[in-house]
Amino acid sequence: MTQLISERELPSAAAEPRTDAGGDIVKMSARGVNVYYGDVHAIQDVSLEISKDEVTALIGPSGCGKSTLLRCFNRMNDDIVGCRVTGDIRLDGEPIADSEMDVVELRARVGMVFQKPYPFPKSIVENVAYGQRIHGLAKKGAELDAVVENSLRGAGLWDEVRDRLDSPANSLSGGQQQRLCIARALAVNPEVILMDEPCSALDPIATAKVEELIDELRGEYAIAIVTHNLQQAARVSQKTAFFHMGELIEFGSTSEIFTNPKIQKTNDYITGRYG
Amino acid sequence: MRNCAMVDPKSHWQSQRFKSRLRRRNRFERQFRYLGIAAIALAGLSLSVLLVSVLANGLGATYRTEIALDIEFDPEILGIEVPGAGETAEITASADFRAVLRTSLMQRFPDAEGRSEVRELVALLSRGAAAELADRLVEDPALLGQRIEAWIPASDDVNFWLKSEAGDSGSNSRLSERQVAWIEALAADDRVARRFNGRFFSSGDSREPELAGIGGALIGSALTLLVTLAVSFPLGVAAAVYLEEFAPDNRWTRQLEININNLAAVPSIVFGLLGLAVFLGLFGMPRSAPVVGGLTLALMTLPVIIIASRASIAAVPFWIRESARGLGASPVQVVAHQVLPIAMPGIVTGTLLGLARAMGETAPLLMIGMVAFIVDVPTNFTDAASALPVQIFLWADSPERGFVEKVSGAILVLLALLGILNGAAILLRQKFEQHW
Amino acid sequence: MIDSSPATLPAADPPAAGNPLSRRGNRARRKLQRSVEAAIRLALLAASTVAVLVTIGILGSLIVETARFFELVSPGEFFFGLRWSPQIALRADQVGSSGAFGAVPLFAGTLLITAISILVAGPIGLLAAIYTAFYADRRTRAVVKPALEILAGVPTVVYGFFAALIVAPVIRDLGTRIGLDVASESALAAGLVMGIMIIPIISSLSDDAITTIPKALRDSSYALGATRSETIIRAILPAALPGLVAAFLLAISRAIGETMIVVMAAGLAANLTANPLEAVTTVTVQIVTLLTGDQEFDSAKTLAAFALGLTLFIVTLGLNVIALQVSRNAKLRHG
Repeated sequence: MTQLISERELPSAAAEPRTDAGGDIVKMSARGVNVYYGDVHAIQDVSLEISKDEVTALIGPSGCGKSTLLRCFNRMNDDIVGCRVTGDIRLDGEPIADSEMDVVELRARVGMVFQKPYPFPKSIVENVAYGQRIHGLAKKGAELDAVVENSLRGAGLWDEVRDRLDSPANSLSGGQQQRLCIARALAVNPEVILMDEPCSALDPIATAKVEELIDELRGEYAIAIVTHNLQQAARVSQKTAFFHMGELIEFGSTSEIFTNPKIQKTNDYITGRYG
Repeated sequence: MRNCAMVDPKSHWQSQRFKSRLRRRNRFERQFRYLGIAAIALAGLSLSVLLVSVLANGLGATYRTEIALDIEFDPEILGIEVPGAGETAEITASADFRAVLRTSLMQRFPDAEGRSEVRELVALLSRGAAAELADRLVEDPALLGQRIEAWIPASDDVNFWLKSEAGDSGSNSRLSERQVAWIEALAADDRVARRFNGRFFSSGDSREPELAGIGGALIGSALTLLVTLAVSFPLGVAAAVYLEEFAPDNRWTRQLEININNLAAVPSIVFGLLGLAVFLGLFGMPRSAPVVGGLTLALMTLPVIIIASRASIAAVPFWIRESARGLGASPVQVVAHQVLPIAMPGIVTGTLLGLARAMGETAPLLMIGMVAFIVDVPTNFTDAASALPVQIFLWADSPERGFVEKVSGAILVLLALLGILNGAAILLRQKFEQHW
Repeated sequence: MIDSSPATLPAADPPAAGNPLSRRGNRARRKLQRSVEAAIRLALLAASTVAVLVTIGILGSLIVETARFFELVSPGEFFFGLRWSPQIALRADQVGSSGAFGAVPLFAGTLLITAISILVAGPIGLLAAIYTAFYADRRTRAVVKPALEILAGVPTVVYGFFAALIVAPVIRDLGTRIGLDVASESALAAGLVMGIMIIPIISSLSDDAITTIPKALRDSSYALGATRSETIIRAILPAALPGLVAAFLLAISRAIGETMIVVMAAGLAANLTANPLEAVTTVTVQIVTLLTGDQEFDSAKTLAAFALGLTLFIVTLGLNVIALQVSRNAKLRHG
């Protein structure tokens, strides 16, 4: 099995960046996480970390709980009626539970991109500026313009939309919309970006662009991506976690999981025996 | 590629500026939530004030104040010939029951002297008391010549005096001091009481609140709704069947659909104008008749039934039609034997809801003259009639204080009937709700 | 494949195959059945055209009577005249009953009461819809929604009673207490109660408009760190705007056409005023007043009611058509 952080870290240790066994700096950690939907035990005692400067892929057959776990990292499950999360999840060593951290701050620091791009019914600029406005980040117009441009550049969309920033976001193509949603998340300046099957609604060319983008963003943000596309996981991620029936089966470096899995179930899945 | 225009993001989240802004945002969030609760509370409050005020007033409508008097059906006072042995008395229209009541009261209060005092004494009783007494003798002619104790309806002023006395005495009472003394004397004898008023449900309208009932209006409403149902149900279902099963998808059909949707939102009073111009003006049908009211309401209910029936028919899964057609059934047979029976609960539910709306509708009936003062209970579709909501409107407009209670009582009955109709619709929907 | 060409028909009917006699009988029966079916279809088609006939009937009767009215009173006076006093002089020398048919005070009164009702019902209905859609748990929803439906099922004559006999006196007393002179049939009382009546319309239509917005939009906003209220105000409501506009338009149309509340609680005097504490009259009140009781059918008085009715019909129909168009466009956009 994989290496997990073995000792419970005290919040005072937050100043020092902690590393996992491979020497990577841990950005977010989950320890002993359980998720229940009513009576259904959707996630069973999962422990996992997301490293800085790396892409962590969450893979597994549909219904295995990978998306549910991803949504624990920015507490999106809070908004689901009847959903209960237990366990210890931390961001930079700080616990993110309701009693410890305001969900607004958490979500500002941990951004999320969804399966289907859904721009707000506003202009392209206003979509990107949305987070800045609600958090009161940029003060002046010029400052906001700079943030919008940087975010759109960051999402690789600037050159395509620079001439029509004020046109409605709905007028963009599906792939552009997804990159707009990434730009929207980048504009808040998050530390972590969670991606929930970001390419499943996109065509292959748009997918390639988004994957390229993920690779570029890796240096700046800790990224966790849920995907049902094994090739995609192999292409974009450095770490891979394999889930099955709400359990974390195997977690390790992507190359190892894909070439030399230690557990038979992982091997079966990777080689396409089931899924 | 960090957004250069910004300070280090992490320090921003910990900055005082962000923290205080966050507090403000969370405060607004709470206030917004309270605003939502307040809105719902306000809506709930209006509903309860409405219902409670109607209930509080309305329960009194089924009671009225009555006075127990010793009545002697003296043929001489009545002016009726004494029948021979074995014969039954003939109660003529000229029989003077007022005199009987007057005599009874004067025997009880011999101190009343002179015409004006006697008039005040008689004014304690309802003007309809004589008629009720006559009814009693007609029912049981053997009473002639007998002496009985009978409960006689008191006048509206007595009723009000008794009610306001409970609250604050000496309010703007219309009773004279003498009358008050008489009533108090009767009350001391346990001869004044609030008694259940069955006539409220059976008798027609009246100028006297204590005699007025909703019987005529109820029958009028029933006759009107029967016409409405008989016209709008077959037409509505047929139109829905055509649109769902047979209509080609072309401009005409789409226009038809838009037309029906728009018709559903036309103000009800406009349907009244239509009824007035076409049924009364053009066809010369009788004014104030349930048949005209029913037709007018049918036109108003038609779009409701069409829309509900279409939804119900459209919900019948396609494979049922396919398999019936596969067995050789013709399109009409498929509809008649397969689709309609399955869709029927939904259609009936929609029809009940449409009828409930028609039942509470007032404005169109005002237009076609079902607003006249009608004492007789209607017996057929062309009799002049009123309807329950119109009766409510008439009484609410009436200056007599006693009618406030009557209005509330009539509203209670109307709401109860609507509750039954709506409840039946909901039950039906729940019972037959199918998930394919 | 289905082949319905006549040549294959007999083969599809095996019992008739051997016996020529029964085949002839079958053919006759089939012919009969076919004509019965055609008749039934025709009857169904006829039933569906009744709705159109009703519309034509409404338009026809209103237009005919209105045209006759405009022979007596010019449209200019009717639509722009400031004085409404429909008493026609019985004798030539009668005083003060010239019969003026300037409908502007009626339109203004209708608008005033409608505005009050929307001011009441708009915020309450919208906030109630927002609360039930975003904040309320299932149990609260299960109580609130039926309660609002009850509010919608109460007949308007009951609201009229409530306005005239319960709300109006309370408002008058309150006004007197703080030194305001409130008419006993104030626009405020009628408007307030009409607002209560309209709450369920706005709340249920707004609820529809809000809940058709995909959950993904909500999640996108939450994921950026927006609070619920920020998400609602900045993302959901703008996205639902067409549906909300349609809801308000339908509510306005309903308020304009509402009759019983104003007949019972608003006045008859055609005052041209914006003061909600004064009595105003409305289009529907005047229609009822002009047409109840035994009227001569051809007098300018009764014909005026039809002109008012036509105006009412056109305005409410227009609002309705716009509302349907707006919400249809919105549906196309959200799929």
